[in-house]
Amino acid sequence: MALLELEDVHTYYGAIHALRGVSLKVEEGEIVTLIGSNGAGKSTTLRTISGLLRPRQGEIRLRGKRIDGHKPHEIVEMGVSQSPEGRRVFARMNIQENLEMGAFARKDRGGLAAEYDRIYDLFPRLRERRLQNAGTLSGGEQQMLAIGRALMAAPRVLLLDEPSMGLAPILVEQIFDIIRTINERGTTVLLVEQNALMALGIARRGYILQTGEVVLSDSAAKLRTDPAVRKAYLGED
Amino acid sequence: MDEQVLQTVIIGLSNGLIYALVALGYTLVYGILQLINFAHGEVFMLGSMIALTLLMALGVTPGMDIVTTIVLIVVVLLITMTISAILNVSIERVAYRPLRNAPKLAPLISAIGMSFILQNVGLLWKGPTSLGFLDIIPNTNVLTTIFGLDTVVAVSYKQLFVAAVTIPLLIVLSWFVSKTRQGKAMRATAQDPDTAGLMGIDVNRTIAITFVIAGALAGAAGLVQILYNNTTVWSLGFRFGLNAFTSAVLGGIGNLQGAVLGGIVLGLINAFSDRYLAAQWTNAIVFGVLIAVLVFRPSGLLGQQAADRA
Ligand SMILES: Nc1ncnc2c1ncn2[C@@H]1O[C@H](COP(=O)(O)OP(=O)(O)OP(=O)(O)O)[C@@H](O)[C@H]1O
Ligand SMILES: [Mg+2]
Repeated sequence: MALLELEDVHTYYGAIHALRGVSLKVEEGEIVTLIGSNGAGKSTTLRTISGLLRPRQGEIRLRGKRIDGHKPHEIVEMGVSQSPEGRRVFARMNIQENLEMGAFARKDRGGLAAEYDRIYDLFPRLRERRLQNAGTLSGGEQQMLAIGRALMAAPRVLLLDEPSMGLAPILVEQIFDIIRTINERGTTVLLVEQNALMALGIARRGYILQTGEVVLSDSAAKLRTDPAVRKAYLGED
Repeated sequence: MDEQVLQTVIIGLSNGLIYALVALGYTLVYGILQLINFAHGEVFMLGSMIALTLLMALGVTPGMDIVTTIVLIVVVLLITMTISAILNVSIERVAYRPLRNAPKLAPLISAIGMSFILQNVGLLWKGPTSLGFLDIIPNTNVLTTIFGLDTVVAVSYKQLFVAAVTIPLLIVLSWFVSKTRQGKAMRATAQDPDTAGLMGIDVNRTIAITFVIAGALAGAAGLVQILYNNTTVWSLGFRFGLNAFTSAVLGGIGNLQGAVLGGIVLGLINAFSDRYLAAQWTNAIVFGVLIAVLVFRPSGLLGQQAADRA
C-alpha cells in the first residue's frame, strides 16, 4: 500500500477545472517530484492534498485511509505537512514562534525540545537568528524556516512547493542537499519543482503535470533522459 | 499645569480606557477576518443591560459594606463577560461563518443587519428610554479620603474602579496574545489563515476564540459603563460603538496597542471637547477625526497590522 495516493482527483476554482483527474503515488521513504510549467496545477495538487481545496471527485489516501474532505489541521494531525509556495512565513513572528506554530498539531509536547535542536542543527543560520522576526529574513533564510516549520510537525509525508524559487544557485544546491538529508533521516517527500533538473537529480520517481493532467510518470533516471522531457523542462531544443 | 486641564485629562483617560476595551473587540475581529463587526457596539450595549439587570437582581445598592459590594461587582463582571462572550461567538457562528468564502461585502451587510437586530433586542427588552443606575461607587476624591491630601485635582473612586477593571484586562490580553500557544495561533491566523491551517491550527476554532475574547471585553466595558456613567439605552451601542470604532481606526485597525492608544486619545478628545468647546460639538469632532484619519493616515497612528497577506 502506498503511503500517499491520489486517485482521479478533480479540483476546481469556481468554474475553472484545475485538476483533471490526477493520480499519483508516493511510497514510504521515497522522494517523488511533481514537475510542470507555470499553471500546470502543481500547487493546486498540494493544496488539495493538504485540504485547503476540496476535490470535487476522486480520492486521496494516506496509508489506505481517506483524507480528502478533512480540514487542513486534521490532515496535519494525520501526518502530512506542507511548506507552501512563496514560503509564507509569519512575518511578524520570530523564528522560534514560527517553528512553534509548525508544531501546533503535535500531541507529544515532550519531544519538542529535541525537535527544535534537530531543526536548528539542520539550519544553523536559524539558530543564530532565533528571536528575529521572520519578515526581516532573507529569501533563503525564509525558505529554510518554511521547511523547518513544516518539519516541526514530524510528518510522515513532507510536501514542498517550489523550495528553490527565487534563490541564488548556491542556495538552491544547499536546499536540495538538505531535502536529501531530511529524506535520508526517514521523511517521505513529495517535491514540486520548476527546476526539473535539480528535482530529478534527487528524486527516485517523477510525474509530469500539464494543464491539470499527469502526462508522464517514470523513474527519475528515465525522465532525465527522455527527449520530450529534456525539450520541455530542461531547456533543450 | 492648570488644574482644570489636569482634571480633564483624568476624565479623558477614564473614558478612554472604556473605549479601549471596546475598540479592542473591533480590532481583534478585523485583524483575523478583515471584517468590521458593526454589531460589536450592540454587544457592549447588551452587556451594559445584562450588568444592570444582574446588579439589580443581586440587590446591589449604595452604602452596602465595601467587601460585599466588591464581591458582588466581581460576580456581575464575570457573569456579564461570560454571557457577552457567548453572545458574540453566537453572532459569529450564525451571521459570519456561513459567509466565510462569500465576497467581502456579504459579511459586512450581515454585520449591519446583526447590529439592527440587537438594537431591537435592547429596545424590546428595556424600552425606548434611558435607564439610570445609582452611584454604587462613590464619586469622592480618593486622594483626599485615602491619602488625606487636600488636592484641587480629584481622582474619584469611580475612576479608580475603571482603571482597576480595564488595566488588568489589557495586561492579561497582551500576555495571552504574545505568550500563549493559543494567542500565537491567533496572531498566525490573523497574518495568514491558509498557512495557519497548514500548521495544524484549527482556523475556525481560533476565529471563535477571538470572538469570545472580544465579547468578554465588551461585556466588561458594559459593566464599567453602568457603574461609571450610570446609564444605558438601546441606542448606546451606536454612539459608543462609533467612538470605539474610531479609536480602533485611529490607532491602526488590527493593531492591539493601537486600539488602546486610540481609545485613550479619543477619550481625551471627548473630554476636552466637552469641557472647552461644547458637548454638542463632540460627535462632530469625533467624526471629523475619523474622516481625517481615513484621509491623511489610513493606516492609523501605529499602523495597520492585518494587510500584509500575499
Ligand atoms: N485562486 C485561484 N482562482 C482561480 N484560478 C486559480 C487559482 N489558483 C490557481 N488557479 C488556476 O489553476 C491552474 C493551476 O494553478 P497552480 O497554481 O496549481 O499552478 P502551478 O503548477 O503551481 O504553477 P506555478 O509553477 O506558477 O506555481 C492555473 O490555470 C491557475 O490559473
Ligand atoms: Mg505553484
